[in-house]
Amino acid sequence: MIEVDGVGRSFTLRHRRGLLRGETRVVHAVRDLSFRVAPGEFVGYLGPNGAGKSTTIKMLTGILAPTTGRIEVAGLDPSRRRTTLARRIGVVFGQRTTLWWDLPLKDSFTLIRHLYKVDREVFRKRLAELCDVLDLGGFLDKPVRQLSLGQRMRGDIAAALLHDPAVLVLDEPTIGLDVVSKSAVRDFLRDLNAERGTTVLLTTHDLGDIERLCRRVMLIDHGTLAFDGTVEELMATVPGETSIEDVVTRLYTRRLPL
Amino acid sequence: MLNMARTYVLLAATWTRAAAQYPLSMAMLTLGSFILTGLDVAAIAVIFAHTTALGGFSLPEVMFLYGTSGMSFALADLLFGNIDRLTLHVKAGTFDAMLIRPASPFVQMAVHRFSFQRIGRTLQAAAVLAIALTQLSVPWQRAWMIPLMVVCGIVLFAAIWTLGGAAQFLLVDAPEVANAFTYGGGTLTQYPLSVYGGDLVRAVTFIVPLAFVNWQPGLFVLDHPDPFGLPYWLRFMSPVAALSLACAAGLAWRAGLRRYRSTGS
Ligand SMILES: Nc1ncnc2c1ncn2[C@@H]1O[C@H](COP(=O)(O)OP(=O)(O)OP(=O)(O)O)[C@@H](O)[C@H]1O
Ligand SMILES: [Mg+2]
Repeated sequence: MIEVDGVGRSFTLRHRRGLLRGETRVVHAVRDLSFRVAPGEFVGYLGPNGAGKSTTIKMLTGILAPTTGRIEVAGLDPSRRRTTLARRIGVVFGQRTTLWWDLPLKDSFTLIRHLYKVDREVFRKRLAELCDVLDLGGFLDKPVRQLSLGQRMRGDIAAALLHDPAVLVLDEPTIGLDVVSKSAVRDFLRDLNAERGTTVLLTTHDLGDIERLCRRVMLIDHGTLAFDGTVEELMATVPGETSIEDVVTRLYTRRLPL
Repeated sequence: MLNMARTYVLLAATWTRAAAQYPLSMAMLTLGSFILTGLDVAAIAVIFAHTTALGGFSLPEVMFLYGTSGMSFALADLLFGNIDRLTLHVKAGTFDAMLIRPASPFVQMAVHRFSFQRIGRTLQAAAVLAIALTQLSVPWQRAWMIPLMVVCGIVLFAAIWTLGGAAQFLLVDAPEVANAFTYGGGTLTQYPLSVYGGDLVRAVTFIVPLAFVNWQPGLFVLDHPDPFGLPYWLRFMSPVAALSLACAAGLAWRAGLRRYRSTGS
């Protein structure tokens, strides 16, 4: 479902020194990254701040083109076939909404129905379902900018699933949620994966998400894959530690050969 | 193309409905832009209070040039005015959101917060043009050029904005560069180009083809000799200029989009 082969992405930064003089520096956000995700998998994507998680997600969705390597998502090259891929993939950015700030949530959903050309009946049923499990009923008429973070996040998740995508990628979907909303979102994602077989890839800094949701964990550091395996295998990498927090702390603070 | 138009109409309708929730502010803005642009006309009236010709053009002729340029500019602004705000959307993350939708980001940008409030300026320019035409009595052998030149003007302004937007993919920190061209272009074409120097006129004829918004086709409609003595056939070149600039803008936009780098957070 997702294939990433030797992918790298660098950013050239220019520092102004006076009017014309300047220095350029190259940041390698992701380098030589390869992995595969099969249909129906639920994968957690971990890594310290600045490791390259969001950059990876942006490449998987076609927002950024990779500088090197090859990517295939749902059978398509994301940066070349971005609009076609959009119909097969759902995307949630926890930090920033993808909804229209000034439109009521309901209007955002209707707009999405038209943009994705979802059949009216199918849409009605799907929306009712999503409203029910994500408990959106109370704020459908409010403009997105008036929603609380947790309400907005649930709105964003619903919006990403209205067209019933085969793959769902989420960048920090549980950021800033209270315990109740967090567990609602987790339950929802678990059921989505179990019942519909939707492939899910999520990044998070909340290890509870990993423990409760993900059969498989990938850990990225300095833009390269540092670990890929089940949660049990992750625990086994640091013998003697019993909590996932401690294991991940050890892995993050271990100096990687550069 | 058809798909893009469909997306445009769909989004425009949604934004209009959203704006209609604040009817009073919408009416105020329409009125405001009508009055504000009315000041332009006042400026022209003041000039003609002291003289009978501006750069060799009579008052109705100047009003004709003002009206056609104003229509093109206002309609281009209404339909595509948002394109040169790319930097804002990149920084706010809204551009990323546009890229995950199955629709052209160009259309989504152009129509973002579409509102009819900007129609005030179009109406004002249309009124000036209508008055000018009643004074001029242009025969239909030359009048056919008028709608064509307004459309070409829209395309030219929209293309310049698009070039400005495309430049912002590279110069995220210097969006003003483009604005100088577009708003400068809107003001430049309000007056007969004969009030400017010959070098500037040659530049806006052959480099940034603003002379094809209303000046060259306007000379044809008014059957006016070219004060700069440029060839007669240039008067029919507006569609060619508009089409070439639109193609250049399209290519620049694509090239810019390929270099898009999003933001780090
Ligand atoms: N548009 C950009 N321009 C310049 N540098 C960038 C850009 N996007 C990302 N980077 C750099 O690439 C690196 C990886 O960033 P990325 O956002 O992918 O990290 P992340 O794993 O999502 O971190 P976090 O957990 O803090 O969200 C960082 O060093 C960042 O500064
Ligand atoms: Mg991130």
